[in-house]
Amino acid sequence: MTQLSNNGYLKVIKPGPLTTLQDAGRFGVRRLGITQGGPADLHAWAWANWLLGNPWGTPALEITLGGLELKAEQDCSLALCGADLGATLDGEPLGCWQSFRLRKGQTLSFAMPVAGVRAYLAVKGGFIAEPVLGSVACVTRDQLGGHLGNGRKLTIDDRLGFSVHGNSPTNRSVPEAEQLDYRAPASLALIPGAQVAAFTGDSLFRAFNSPWAVDTRADRMGVRLLGPALRCTMNSMISEGIALGAVQVPPDGQPIALLNDRQTIGGYPRLGTLTPLACARLAQCAPGHQVWLKATAIEAAQNQYRRFRAEF
Amino acid sequence: MKYHPDSGLPRLENAGIDAWMIRLFDAIDEANMPWITALVEACEQALGDNLVDIVPSYTTVLVHYDPLKLDSQQVRDLLQSLLAGLTATDTGSDASIKELPVWYDPSVGPELALLQQQTGFSLERIIQLHSEHQYRVFALGFAPGFAFMGSLPAELELPRLSTPRKRVPAGSVALAGRQTSAYPQISPGGWNLIGRTPARLFDPTSRELSLLQVGDTVRFVPVDKEAFIRLGGDTTPTETLS
Repeated sequence: MTQLSNNGYLKVIKPGPLTTLQDAGRFGVRRLGITQGGPADLHAWAWANWLLGNPWGTPALEITLGGLELKAEQDCSLALCGADLGATLDGEPLGCWQSFRLRKGQTLSFAMPVAGVRAYLAVKGGFIAEPVLGSVACVTRDQLGGHLGNGRKLTIDDRLGFSVHGNSPTNRSVPEAEQLDYRAPASLALIPGAQVAAFTGDSLFRAFNSPWAVDTRADRMGVRLLGPALRCTMNSMISEGIALGAVQVPPDGQPIALLNDRQTIGGYPRLGTLTPLACARLAQCAPGHQVWLKATAIEAAQNQYRRFRAEF
Repeated sequence: MKYHPDSGLPRLENAGIDAWMIRLFDAIDEANMPWITALVEACEQALGDNLVDIVPSYTTVLVHYDPLKLDSQQVRDLLQSLLAGLTATDTGSDASIKELPVWYDPSVGPELALLQQQTGFSLERIIQLHSEHQYRVFALGFAPGFAFMGSLPAELELPRLSTPRKRVPAGSVALAGRQTSAYPQISPGGWNLIGRTPARLFDPTSRELSLLQVGDTVRFVPVDKEAFIRLGGDTTPTETLS
């Protein structure tokens, strides 16, 4: 346990609509109906921690749509990755995909989304929170995790603790190839699943050869896609476990890609499973954004994920 | 486990870069559950630390492994061999039955009236029907510790509410279709409420976390208001909370 006297704090002046603390997620307890949680954009979250030399799984803030304002009670090293939410440091524009120093008394603010939906703010050593069931991942629906342990999102006057640390020698940037352009149409790698044969051939062809648009019904549970309806010969199934990225298709034919806060079981036929990096990319798509589904083989997807994880 | 060529079961289905879906059956049946729980145990033993999560449900087991350590094909082969040697876990001794005390009362079970109306049965008969049957836990889901149990006697079958409640009180005993359950914590919900249990269904500080586990046999035991209060039950009427 870190001693209280060695802790520094960021004070929440404005919480924004949905700012939560996320580590890699809550695992090993899904059989009990407990949601996975974790960062919706694994890619940006991982690079934010990388910038500060934090190990994989270090808790960082997920800032949805901006609106957050934090004031430093002590000096600290921070890193910002993911969406451009119009960040400013004491009113001066602050670039994304880099680490920086926030001095005692300075204010870090997020306005509105410019590109992308979710930004990740990491602190050197990580934000301090008591793990619940092995994780600090904040899942509001389950009332588990987060900075207070009870699944609450950030609220005004909260104080986010971290271990006081010295200055990082240099400010780092994320390699340019990893600074994703969220304005471009998203190509989402999908591993076709077992029920793919239950969809009619022409609707299946269109699903992989036409653009989909992200619906307004998009949150940490899942993202609904609008486009040419998928036709399936099965309407519903007996409820069964659902993996991250599972693309389920309700009878209206508009698929829902299930993300970190999805329920643990569900009963719609599935087109397949998005790769973790495809889920991360989708999590940065605002309503109306164009996405394409690209079928991929499991071996290729595993290799891609291993290359990604080898960076950290 | 014997392979059934007609149904093609059991079968392994790809569920992403780190998961296989094992499909054992094609219909809901209480007799499935000893096979499902046996498979969960076998996977835990065979995969050890490389097992990241496992989600048993009515007819399936979803197995999540560590994709940094194991290849998809490797895990497939391992699961195939597990299935070939699988035998059902023998359950059915009375000791393994879990009992949930329930106060069946219209104030905490507003749909008791609807059931009476639909069946023409007395309150006593409905309570008897619900509590004399033993149920199997088919799956946990919807919320931490929420157990889908069946199968409910056909006489008590009701569809879900057309408008779900925004706030169902913790402990509410509920039914929908041929299933019954109890809400572990206050949450939205569309099932019909018939009573309330004082049992703590989900406790993040306990070792088992969830009182009910997949495969458990469960019986509801009627208690009166005094016993319900003595056991720590909250008598606040449902409609004042919803």
